[in-house]
Amino acid sequence: MKTLVYVEHDNASLKDATLAVVTAASQLGEVHLLVAGQGCGAVAEQASKIAGVAKVHVADDAAYANQLAENVATLVVDLMGHHDAFLAPATAHGKNIAPRVAALLDVMQISDILSVESADTFTRPIYAGNAIATVQSADAKKVITVRGTAFAKAEATGGSAAIEAIGSKGDAGTSSFVGAEIAKLERPELTSAKVIVSGGRALKDAETFQQVIFPLADKLGAAVGASRAAVDAGYVPNDYQVGQTGKIVAPEVYVAIGISGAIQHLAGMKDSKTIIAINKDEDAPIFQVADLGLVGDLFKIVPELVGKL
Amino acid sequence: MKILVPVKRVIDYNVKPRVKADGTGVDLANVKMSMNPFDEIAVEEAIRLREKGVATEIIAISVGPEKAQETLRTALAMGADRAILIVAEDVEPLGVAKLLAKVVEEEQPGLVILGKQAIDDDSNQTGQMLAALTGRPQGTFASKVEVAGDTVNVTREVDGGLETVALKTPAIITTDLRLNEPRYASLPNIMKAKSKPLATKTPADYGVDVAPRLKTLTVTEPPVRSAGIKVADVDALVAKLKEMGVAQ
Repeated sequence: MKTLVYVEHDNASLKDATLAVVTAASQLGEVHLLVAGQGCGAVAEQASKIAGVAKVHVADDAAYANQLAENVATLVVDLMGHHDAFLAPATAHGKNIAPRVAALLDVMQISDILSVESADTFTRPIYAGNAIATVQSADAKKVITVRGTAFAKAEATGGSAAIEAIGSKGDAGTSSFVGAEIAKLERPELTSAKVIVSGGRALKDAETFQQVIFPLADKLGAAVGASRAAVDAGYVPNDYQVGQTGKIVAPEVYVAIGISGAIQHLAGMKDSKTIIAINKDEDAPIFQVADLGLVGDLFKIVPELVGKL
Repeated sequence: MKILVPVKRVIDYNVKPRVKADGTGVDLANVKMSMNPFDEIAVEEAIRLREKGVATEIIAISVGPEKAQETLRTALAMGADRAILIVAEDVEPLGVAKLLAKVVEEEQPGLVILGKQAIDDDSNQTGQMLAALTGRPQGTFASKVEVAGDTVNVTREVDGGLETVALKTPAIITTDLRLNEPRYASLPNIMKAKSKPLATKTPADYGVDVAPRLKTLTVTEPPVRSAGIKVADVDALVAKLKEMGVAQ
């Protein structure tokens, strides 16, 4: 079985999410990568060094500069003539493109897989992670998105795959890129961080959130996350959101501060190795999943914690 | 322009789903059902576009059991003009997208606004698939929608922040949480919604085969985390953090 993995990148460097997808793809068969972009030679170079990759297809064209789904999907469909499965990370990017590819191939996509049971059988979470379904696909070609935190990352070095340029399928002409506002992060990226310090509605406002959460995150070298309530209240931008509708994370340590633990939030972090909760309500649902809990006023506890670390 | 808004009847988002003991699925008997939250946002956005004079007619559509009528009535009470129910159970996103594509062909809406995902199957596919099948551009995970002439600018929530794309209409949009806050239907509007037109169809009317491509072998509970401990004070927490190697 030949698999084609979509490489997520920003035309300069390859995103970590791709490495976990390579691991999932290698459980199905020979791994090929697709790098679509503009001026993305450096990304193709990096992709070719990933351990276990047999070939890297590179489509370098203005039509792929911002990897618009309309243009990328037709490119992928073309390549699927000689691949049996298409895998993409279950990121905003992968989720945008993969279903478009699936429909063009007339196959049902399998979203956000947690494991590969066999060539046609996979597990995936449903109902905000409250149930795990094992599904078997009857389609000849498989189109799959992969939950990054469920698979080990492939080694980024050690491989020496051949790089092959492929022609552009042109611009569909129905969409164009206007601009992006990317939040500047001085801390580790949320989905790849080893430690995450996350705050909820109890933080009161944006300023308090910064004053309480950020010093602790800095002490622990951690990424900062937030519950939906904190994001909706405007304490932090929405790309900090952890949960069913935000990011799914599985760090070594997740510190939930002033977060009650609604199922929507738990869906995004309950696979963390160790969960630590600080909350003044000892009946908060977060304590049912926390390995370590401390009941008390976060405005006293967190500064004291920062002082003692 | 016409706007088509697909809505789905799902388990209420406040209910904690229970897996059936025989592993065949989630127990939905006697469970509160509601409109998928992302679809409420889609209906709201369509109504706001009509209030701005962009939309002329809003059609709500659902693929689901007979009871999905209630969901459509909710959409009508919020402000949709008419509704279509395609009666069919357990249709996968690909099947739903194929049915919607037929309706798009028939109705020729300028925009189709869907929720980004349903909170039951968590697939996040139908909008993208519909865009593919109709050859229309897609603006997924929208947090802002601005229609100007025959272009719609969609600001999308992506992993690092936001990005804006310009789509030529007709186009397909899927809503993210922050696009808007849906209104509540008032009692007079709920009453009025009862007399708005609701057409009932079947997949056969559209000649679409909705046989599932994925077979669910089992549905199980996720692994349960072992119970943790509560520490008494910050010193004990610091000691534990040091033990774990998180702090020096």
